Amino acid sequence: MILRRVSILVPLLMIAVLIGSFLIAQPFDYLSKGAPPGEELKVESIRLNDSGIHITVRAAGSEPMFIAQVQVDGGYRNFTQSPEGSIGYLSSVLIEIPYPWITGETHHLLFITSSGATFEHTIDVAVETPGVKFNDFVGLALVGLFVGVIPIFIGYAFYPALMSFGEAGREFAMALTVGLLAFLLIDTIGEGLEVAEKVVGGLKADLVVWLSAILTTLVLLRIGRRTGRPPEGPELAMFIAIGIGVHNLGEGLAIGASLAVGEVALASFLVLGFALHNVTEGIAISSPIQKESISFSRLSLLALIGGGPAIIGTMTGSLSISPFWTALAFGIGAGAILQVIIEVGGVYLRRKRDQSVPWYSTASLVGFWCGIVVMYATAFVVRG
Amino acid sequence: MVSRRLFLATSSLLGGLSVVKTAGAADSEHSQMLHQGGNRVVGSVDHDRNGFSPSELLTEWETGTVSILPDGRTLREFHITAVDVELEIAPGVMFPAWTYNGRVPGPSLRATESDVIRIHFSNSGTHPHTMHFHGIHSARMDGVPGAGHVEPGEKFTYEFDAKPFGCHLYHCHSFPLKRHIHKGLYGAFVIDPDPEKHPEHEQIARSRLLGTTENGRWQELIMVMNAFDTSFDDENEFYAVNTIPFAYMDNAIQVKRNTPVRIYLVNVTEFDPINSFHLHGNFFNYYDHGTTLTPTLNTVDTIMQCQAQRGIIEFSFADHETGLYMFHAHQSEFAELGWMANFEVV
Repeated sequence: MILRRVSILVPLLMIAVLIGSFLIAQPFDYLSKGAPPGEELKVESIRLNDSGIHITVRAAGSEPMFIAQVQVDGGYRNFTQSPEGSIGYLSSVLIEIPYPWITGETHHLLFITSSGATFEHTIDVAVETPGVKFNDFVGLALVGLFVGVIPIFIGYAFYPALMSFGEAGREFAMALTVGLLAFLLIDTIGEGLEVAEKVVGGLKADLVVWLSAILTTLVLLRIGRRTGRPPEGPELAMFIAIGIGVHNLGEGLAIGASLAVGEVALASFLVLGFALHNVTEGIAISSPIQKESISFSRLSLLALIGGGPAIIGTMTGSLSISPFWTALAFGIGAGAILQVIIEVGGVYLRRKRDQSVPWYSTASLVGFWCGIVVMYATAFVVRG
Repeated sequence: MVSRRLFLATSSLLGGLSVVKTAGAADSEHSQMLHQGGNRVVGSVDHDRNGFSPSELLTEWETGTVSILPDGRTLREFHITAVDVELEIAPGVMFPAWTYNGRVPGPSLRATESDVIRIHFSNSGTHPHTMHFHGIHSARMDGVPGAGHVEPGEKFTYEFDAKPFGCHLYHCHSFPLKRHIHKGLYGAFVIDPDPEKHPEHEQIARSRLLGTTENGRWQELIMVMNAFDTSFDDENEFYAVNTIPFAYMDNAIQVKRNTPVRIYLVNVTEFDPINSFHLHGNFFNYYDHGTTLTPTLNTVDTIMQCQAQRGIIEFSFADHETGLYMFHAHQSEFAELGWMANFEVV
């Protein structure tokens, strides 16, 4: 038995020999002889402030890449790079350009490598990047509170009215939850893939979104069923809050990153749209709660878990983190949402089975529709 | 859900009006701090590795090997070889150039009106090339496919009389033409007037004839306006006179106040319809194509040239204060991409 287990060393050794011989002998390099080096460069974050434009770029070249010159708005500019020198595969550097950028206008960046290849990036609307200023953080936290947390409380307030419709009201609420979670799942994956496009191809961020979603779902399913039973009631409410919370973290990171990359436009009326959008999250979190009494502090905790990460994400995202991590957060968020879809759906199906009635009903269909339509409609308002 | 990002970004700005104010203040600080120095390339070109320097290109004439033919006429022979060279055309930027004699622009050929010109051209490059001269010559000597088209490893001798006098150019006329030109196959070709043939303007003609006392009183400069498309997307990344962007910006061209300046200006810029020359703080006379001894334009400070157009610019800083006087393309785009330079009047 031991011998059999030790035999795992045989294939491992064979792999080592294969890698070693290829690295040393490079038997197939003649096939790529004469091919120019492939080069890829992506801007990961941009900060704009008094001293100019500060850009983090990541390289993915088949050979180390050297940024020879930098243009801003079609003119060559003085710049510094740290660390200096060539940029290795998947490494990043900070490029700093003292440039008189103009608030509210568009600026074009062009990087020219030693091979003469060019890489463009556009700052759509230049706005000073908030530094790590206390005032900004307080402002962000307040906004996050109004947008992420308070609407969830408003959503809770629908609970008694929905329950007054008895079983139909409960069916409606649960189907609504599944509907809006379905919306969030699709939306989160979409956002994740969008952010993934900003990551150099070598990191395969798009795959990371899908894979982290699947792995997260499996892990959360396992945790949720650690007692051997699927989560229900307040515990399921907690999982819904976590799922929505991780989604909002990803959102926050993306918002913060947009700030950092200077893709910022002004429109304060959007507060309303977001509040409406997030009210449904309150309905979702409260939907699995049965007649058990639940304390106000417990409800507040759930609201914080669901809405709070938007604040943390925005603040963290504005600190110029790689879009790779944002894509990963979206993937994890999507996985967490998929887990609660499965669990809420499971609760619903078991409930109908116990009642010996079919799982489909008008109330559930209307609820599912409402969940999706409300999310879409409020998203639409927000976009406006 | 881009909108959500926009929204939170927005709200963070609402959270701090001070942010917007700071940015406004930053703008004015920038413009003071960066008035001159910001628009430049970073680093320096290894001219030794390239084998030519921008200062040499300004004044280096190739006058060929001179002999007298039995009929008494002057024979002027040049040896030109096309070679592929990896050139550093801007600090840190390598360009796979096609060149005449290893340099871009190619050697600045200079002859005298009515000389017999013989160009011994060999092609050491990897593609067929030609030398197509702007001048008066027979079809057989035109340097196009079918007439003086030289395959790699082969040779051809172009022969023609030097006429008309003026400021001309030569370039490769193989196809695809755009690629053969912008890769670096071009150069200036100047034919000085023979004073004996122009009795009405003999002194002017003598001042144009290289080697005369009158000519020695002038400071003559060769400027080939060119550009490089390093990413091969049919748009130029770098503009310059004589290849290296901003080369005469930091190392200004010294001009003596009491010496008049004559510039042989040639435009070979590919892709862009025109290029231009603008002089600061002064005006000049212009001889389009250099084929006349009286100016075709008097007292101007800006001229434009389409590709292959060329001319002679003459001016003097005799009555000026000493100091730096810029000259550049008055397409600001080209100027900011490298075609910007200084005269230092001493």
